[in-house]
Amino acid sequence: MNILVVLRMVPDVVEELEIAPDGKSLNLEFARMVLSESDDHALEQALLIKERDGGTVTALALEAPEVDEVLFAALAKGADRALKITGPKEGVTTREAAHIIAGVISSEPGLKGADLVLTGTQAINDLDGLMAPLLAQELGLPFLGIVTGLVPNFSARVALATKEYPRGVRGEFEVALPATFGIQAAEKPPRYVPVAKVRAVMKSRKIDCVSLTETVEPGFSLLQVLEMTKPQPSGHAEILEGSADQTAGALCTILAERGLL
Amino acid sequence: MLDPATTTYFGLPGYAYLWALTLLSFSLFGRQVLRYINVLREARRETRWDNPARRLKLFVVNVLGQRRLLTEPLVGAAHFVIFWAFVLFAVSFAWNLVRGLLPFLPIPWADDIRVIALALELFAVLGLVALAVVAVRRYIFTPPRLERSIDATIILALIALVLVSSLSMQLLKHRAPEFSLGLWWVHMVTVLGFLAYLPYSKHLHLLAAPFGVFFGSLRPGGMPSASEGASMRQDFTWRQLFSGLACAECGRCDHVCPSVGSGHALSPKVLMREVKDAVRASNGRQKPVPLLGDRVKPEEIWACTTCYACMERCPVFNEHLPLLIEMRRYLVLQGQVEHRLQETLSHLARYGNSFGASPRARAKWTQGLGFRIKDARKEPVDYLWFVGDYASYDPRVIPATRAMARVLEFAGVSFGILYEDEQNAGNDLRRIGEEGLFEMLSEKNQKSLASARFRQIVTTDPHTYNVLKNEYPAIGRDRRVIHSTELLAKLFRAGKLPVRHSLGQTVTYHDPCYLGRYNEVLEAPRRVLGELGATLLELPRNRKNSYCCSAGGGRIWMEDTPGVKERPAENRVREAASLPGVHTLVVTCPKDLVMFQDAIKTTGLERQLFVKELSELVAQAMGMMERSESHVAA
Amino acid sequence: MAAEFWVIVEHWKGRVSQITYEALALGREVADQLGASLHAVLLGHNAHELASTLGKADCVIYANHPLFSEVVAETYAEALVQLLKERKTRSIIFPLTNVSLGAATLLGARLRLPVVNFCTDIQFAEGKIQAHCILYGGKIESRVAAEGEPTIFGLWPGARPADKGFSERRPPVEEFAVSLSEPAIHLKKYMEPAAGDVDITQQEVLVAVGRGIQSQENLHLAENLAKQFHGAVCASRPVIDQGWLPLSRQVGKSGATVKPKLYLALGISGAPEHTEGMKAAALIVAVNTDSGAPIFNIAHYGIVGDVLKVLPALTKAIESRKGVGSHA
Repeated sequence: MNILVVLRMVPDVVEELEIAPDGKSLNLEFARMVLSESDDHALEQALLIKERDGGTVTALALEAPEVDEVLFAALAKGADRALKITGPKEGVTTREAAHIIAGVISSEPGLKGADLVLTGTQAINDLDGLMAPLLAQELGLPFLGIVTGLVPNFSARVALATKEYPRGVRGEFEVALPATFGIQAAEKPPRYVPVAKVRAVMKSRKIDCVSLTETVEPGFSLLQVLEMTKPQPSGHAEILEGSADQTAGALCTILAERGLL
Repeated sequence: MLDPATTTYFGLPGYAYLWALTLLSFSLFGRQVLRYINVLREARRETRWDNPARRLKLFVVNVLGQRRLLTEPLVGAAHFVIFWAFVLFAVSFAWNLVRGLLPFLPIPWADDIRVIALALELFAVLGLVALAVVAVRRYIFTPPRLERSIDATIILALIALVLVSSLSMQLLKHRAPEFSLGLWWVHMVTVLGFLAYLPYSKHLHLLAAPFGVFFGSLRPGGMPSASEGASMRQDFTWRQLFSGLACAECGRCDHVCPSVGSGHALSPKVLMREVKDAVRASNGRQKPVPLLGDRVKPEEIWACTTCYACMERCPVFNEHLPLLIEMRRYLVLQGQVEHRLQETLSHLARYGNSFGASPRARAKWTQGLGFRIKDARKEPVDYLWFVGDYASYDPRVIPATRAMARVLEFAGVSFGILYEDEQNAGNDLRRIGEEGLFEMLSEKNQKSLASARFRQIVTTDPHTYNVLKNEYPAIGRDRRVIHSTELLAKLFRAGKLPVRHSLGQTVTYHDPCYLGRYNEVLEAPRRVLGELGATLLELPRNRKNSYCCSAGGGRIWMEDTPGVKERPAENRVREAASLPGVHTLVVTCPKDLVMFQDAIKTTGLERQLFVKELSELVAQAMGMMERSESHVAA
Repeated sequence: MAAEFWVIVEHWKGRVSQITYEALALGREVADQLGASLHAVLLGHNAHELASTLGKADCVIYANHPLFSEVVAETYAEALVQLLKERKTRSIIFPLTNVSLGAATLLGARLRLPVVNFCTDIQFAEGKIQAHCILYGGKIESRVAAEGEPTIFGLWPGARPADKGFSERRPPVEEFAVSLSEPAIHLKKYMEPAAGDVDITQQEVLVAVGRGIQSQENLHLAENLAKQFHGAVCASRPVIDQGWLPLSRQVGKSGATVKPKLYLALGISGAPEHTEGMKAAALIVAVNTDSGAPIFNIAHYGIVGDVLKVLPALTKAIESRKGVGSHA
């Protein structure tokens, strides 16, 4: 069973996000990049499947700041191969990224035959589309998103996938393989990998680099960002000041006035 | 004079029986001891021959001088007597054995020499009195955590028999020679039996303790040397396994352990027993003997706060902490880390602080002070203030940090901080077993420190202090790292800190584990309190006997295990609140501040006890507290 | 012929979802601005009756096919590709919920059409159809125009009040035939969540906890507060994922949508996946240590502080107000 996991780096929202001077994009100079949370789950799900049923896991990412650490961590966690696509400009949109990645997958012999293509169901900057269906379309594979459980049956060439619906309902789907899945959450939380292991892997293993095969013309995303701003607090939240006791008291008064006590 | 060696019994001379018994006893003894030695040889190597002079001194003070036992005067004195009685009787026994086995030797029996006979009589009497004392303590006023095992009873009985038989033999030597001869045999058989039984009982500590003390850890805090962790018996070092053998099951470790005190999973004494059992277990066909998982559960391993109280108290210098840290290293390498701790470790790896906050916000606490704190990365300073995570990021601690800044500024001290380049110093990471993360962060810190110019490093955080002083190689030597209380004491001595409002009240003080017990900084905080005009009423458990708040060892980053009757911090604040006339608990550690503030709330002591960081008291006494910064229900 | 403006009807388990009406309300506005006719596109199986509530649209385009009895993104995309061969539209609004997530992107990918995700509003301005989108967990807003038509818009819940999308009128229904290939994906069964002890959608007061509660241990603080209000504790995703509360207590995209009189958001950052489930609450009070947390954008009152301190303080304040007296 060959499992391909597509990882993406997104700006870390723990830091203050700054708008670039042109007012239309993020100022990436001081932004730190972090692995998209559901991509982390996709990797964990792939590793769980590998541990259960065997197979190989390849982690694939576009070149970006701090992506090396993420790829080495993936190797330290148990991925068999880590691949970095070099060449794209900074700040590609999801659609552009999907096109580049699909191009590399189609042309790299080790990747084309993947039985499962996993990635996070959604990232915080998916303005022009979601990665999983975009990849599915380019690779000609079936797609299912918001997956929280995945049990492949290699010999029968199907997988049982659990998808989340509103109000806690879940649906069980049978999907013919090979297929693409957007993972919402892995069956277990992403595992811890000790720093010593990552550092050891940095010394003993390599990240394979492959340059992109598809160029992306400007306007590929088909969207034009007119403006990017930080949201104005829409006049709603009145902030109560003071210590815990003071604010609690003030809030109490407000609630009493509204007859909620 | 009747000679037991040559007297004939049932046609055979005495020495023949003696040979037989001796061979039996020695072979039983030797067999088990050899087994232990083989197990220790299989274990990981560790050299403990360094610093022989210092080791000898430890031996003299702690084995010959029984120092750690004498902290409890009555029992200590009794054990001292029994110890020396034993030494004397062992020498006399060995002598008599040789004489008995080889009767043709032209040497007298040991007790034929008057001085020795007198000494034996004297020590037999003293010994019996001491035995009575310990028996009463053990059976009537049983201290908690001391188990009345069969093993202990057998030992006491055997020792008593040895002493009684010797004493009565001496006394009846002339009046009832035949009977006395019989007593001689009783004595020798008892001792030979004792010898044979020794390796199977906790009294192995007799033989093991002297070695344990001599080969004790000289490394600060007992940190084990670099390793990949341990889970099977042979992964541990011989000295770590040796602790199990040397353990006398006295329970002193349990008595001071915060985990035992609060009903958590860990008991250091039980840990030692598990190690002993593992050492005794046979590994048929060279199969590895598991320790972690089978005998010691992960909850026990993670329950340790690394307060060092167990090792500080242990009379035989057992190494509880290194054993736990080795197993933590193993668990971390396997990725078996509890979820909340995992999150904290990810934060540390990513942001260099345990709060998951932006590194750029590290120096936000300096805003609005009214003066600029020097950037130690850019300009030389006398004191590089390594602030620490809690002092920088925790809103409950920041007022104390700012107070310290103001005090230093007022005193005209040249000081600076590393701003965003400061990373968590890593003390608790080493105690959690995440050596890789410690290396990563300490490398970054060392780089920043190497390019900065300063005379000394100062910190308010004892954990930071401990690791910088003891475990950052180039930095810690030459007394370059000091704690803020030491600096404050120095400033008071130099008259740089005029007190405008003397504190004039009775306070009590909690010695932080990493400041007091680990690094013996005990007087500086007390001197500062004195300068502030406060009267210090000591807590019952003070100085190196201080009771851990249980934030250490990464525990502040872990979930509390359910079923805890009373948290150590709650126990401690109750202890403080029980002191007459005391309403202020003074602390000199950011984590203590946080833990005790919480404990005061959960125990409902908010109106009776307030916890204050020493720097805040200094600032207050100098009349420079900001109004908005009186924290806790004031 | 007038231009068309489409809204994809989301329906699940035999009912039209609330978000469809929100989308219709919005669609109506934009269609009127464009001078276009509003069409509701209904893909279903024997779902003709559902069309009767869609009167806000000028017309319902209805495709009936057995494969539509499950919502499978691929099937939807295939059908819409065929529809777009026959008819033109300027925009297609897709509701962004768990039910049909992915269909919008698939369609856009298949026909090389612009896709605008995370929309909270759409309007016609400066001669273009523009969308307002929220990104980065609610921390960034963006105004976006598309290059090309039809444009596909993925719409977040709550863009317009749902009742503005209702109408008494029964719209005309135009049937549209599709021929669909057997998809590689089949729904085998639904699994309902274990019946929770409490139905949070029926509560008047909800005490919601997020990451800021820090550990399962601290949940009792929230329970105590909830008791004061005769309300219940609910949670955002991270708390549910940890297993500290059952699925029945989850509020948000994969959980319940609630409309209580009072919603106390404690230690919740306010990412859209959560806020979509609760922003209709009458009074929202948020407590968070991060003054920039998006939750403050939708809260009525906010406290910047540590949940673990404010929670017990609030419980105590309420108790003393009620005259329960001081406690240990």
